[in-house]
Amino acid sequence: MIRTEELVLNVGPQHPSTHGVFRLLVKIDGETIVEATPIIGYLHRGTEKLAEDLTYTQIIPYTDRMDYLSAMIGNYSLVHAVETLMGLEIPERAEYLRVIVMELNRIASHLVWFGTYLLDLGALTPFLYAFREREKILQLFAEISGARLTYSYMRVGGVKWDVPDDGWIGRVERFVDEFQRALEEFHTFVTGNEIVQARLKGVGRYDRETAVAYGLTGVNLRSTGVPYDVRKAKPYSIYDRFDFEVPVRTEGDLWARYLLRMEEMEQSRRIVKQAVKQFPSGGEIMARLPKLIRPPAGEVYVSVEMPRGEQGVYVYSEGKPHPYRLHFRRASFINLQILPKLLVGENIANMVAILGSIDIVLGEVDA
Amino acid sequence: MKVILEVIIFTILVLGYAPFAIYVHRKLLGWMQGRVGPNRAGPYGLLQTIADTLKVLQKEEIIPANADTALFRIAPIIAFAPAFIVFAVIPFAPSLTFADLGVGLLFYVAVASISTIGVIAGGYASNNKWSLIGAMRAAAQMISYEIPLVLAALGVVLLAGSLNLNTIVEAQSRSVWFVIPQILGFVIFLIAAIAELNRTPFDLTEAESELVAGYQTEYSGVRFAFFMLAEYVYLLAMGGLIATLYFGGWLPPHPALAFIPGIVWFLLKALIFAFLPFWLQATFPRARVDQLMTFAWKWLIPLAMVNLVLTAMAKAWI
Repeated sequence: MIRTEELVLNVGPQHPSTHGVFRLLVKIDGETIVEATPIIGYLHRGTEKLAEDLTYTQIIPYTDRMDYLSAMIGNYSLVHAVETLMGLEIPERAEYLRVIVMELNRIASHLVWFGTYLLDLGALTPFLYAFREREKILQLFAEISGARLTYSYMRVGGVKWDVPDDGWIGRVERFVDEFQRALEEFHTFVTGNEIVQARLKGVGRYDRETAVAYGLTGVNLRSTGVPYDVRKAKPYSIYDRFDFEVPVRTEGDLWARYLLRMEEMEQSRRIVKQAVKQFPSGGEIMARLPKLIRPPAGEVYVSVEMPRGEQGVYVYSEGKPHPYRLHFRRASFINLQILPKLLVGENIANMVAILGSIDIVLGEVDA
Repeated sequence: MKVILEVIIFTILVLGYAPFAIYVHRKLLGWMQGRVGPNRAGPYGLLQTIADTLKVLQKEEIIPANADTALFRIAPIIAFAPAFIVFAVIPFAPSLTFADLGVGLLFYVAVASISTIGVIAGGYASNNKWSLIGAMRAAAQMISYEIPLVLAALGVVLLAGSLNLNTIVEAQSRSVWFVIPQILGFVIFLIAAIAELNRTPFDLTEAESELVAGYQTEYSGVRFAFFMLAEYVYLLAMGGLIATLYFGGWLPPHPALAFIPGIVWFLLKALIFAFLPFWLQATFPRARVDQLMTFAWKWLIPLAMVNLVLTAMAKAWI
């Protein structure tokens, strides 16, 4: 009598495709997944608790380390919350600098996703092509903020540094022009590939109701046909001045999410292009503020569109230099919750593809 | 005595080829990926593989707890020895075949399939779940793709009227290279060969992003090097077989070029097909395991059958 048993497979935290210290316990029958249990917390640092003893400026570096692939937007989410609480007016030039670096960062973040996702699918080369482009963005960031990954560029009331020299804006413009060619190259080499399409189409599908019920945001939500993007739904900063679209698809599968992220890079490129054109030639980069920031007592919740979805920041202030309570709604953490449901019945190859398409950053999941 | 000398020289030559192939592999991948590839050890990085070999030789040999020790030790040898043995039947030049067997092609296919056992044994003996899954995939994949491989090669056998690889080459000197009448068979053979060699897009047995390193996960040091060596030597063997079956082996492309020795033509053709998988590796993502099986059983095998029947009909009536 042949007896078959389910095999418990421990994926991670040291697995090439878990994108960090994510661990997944899967029960497999042959290669089919019967049950999947995600285990998180290997990167937990207690950001929210630590923040209670820090001044607002001191919290900014912690936001760098949450979604470390889009630290600019992470920085912005915090300063935006404090600024909203204080009712600050931000200088024009600072707003433009913010939008330029945030959208460049969105492109850089999606490029990392693109490269590593194709690595997950077994293609080696797109990774290097994507990082070649990302390197150019990091170079621009290093010039303006001095850092390649953890920028801490934003401050309550503006940005820390003005453009390093008169040529910086021109270099950004040149990059966005050249980047169009790179995007076309990616589409030629990857999007049109039969194997990529066979791997992605129809896999990891969920519908609109499920996506909403799980609280998914970002591309994970927009792939099911919900046109929700915080930049359009609740415009912040100066996003209302730019002409861009929110790409939406209805299939809800890996292929839809792939195409949406590719399209978002194009839209971010458009925004940067317009921002560079409108960039004011002079002006302040910081609002007038006291050295120690004491927002008025009260609470505020703001949200911004991160590359991975909606990041919400809740600040409860008692009028002191430290927040009484600070909470981050981290998109990766919430998007990850749908994973066990999606994995049941899939095989190991699809497991890697589905996890990659949710696009998590462990710094953000574990915070 | 002469035979022993020949064998030793040949083994040294093939062993010398492996570092060269690894170097070309890394350099080619580097260029295709916008990098420079190895360039530190020796001029143009030529000594990189030597340095790597020395490193691998120094490594501590780790055998996992509760592994099947005997099997674990012998598996790399099972995988690697046939890679050398198959060269015996490959005709390098007009009178340079180590064993001119009547059933050369059959010998090649039969011996090559022994390597699969090494892979399965290695994966099974490692006492590691990833290795086990990799080994299961290897078993399924290599067996599935051997069928279209052999069916496609049978077309050539029908045309040449022999299983002897020398006769097959000579038959091509009388007509055209078999790639022209057997173009469908060639495409099937090439795809099946790449799957048989576990190269991208069919590198499922060691799929890094899925199975960590597949059947090799627990191997380190010299035993790991054996698996690697087997892979690269098989590339040359398969390149040689493709050159022999479809591109006229040692024959020059045109009789006017006959002054160049046959072995040059043979090596040129064999190396092109030995290095072709590197290009594919830089280009393609990996197919999924179920798609791979579907592709073999629902597409390649029926097509190979059609090719075989068409060839037989052509042979009978033309």
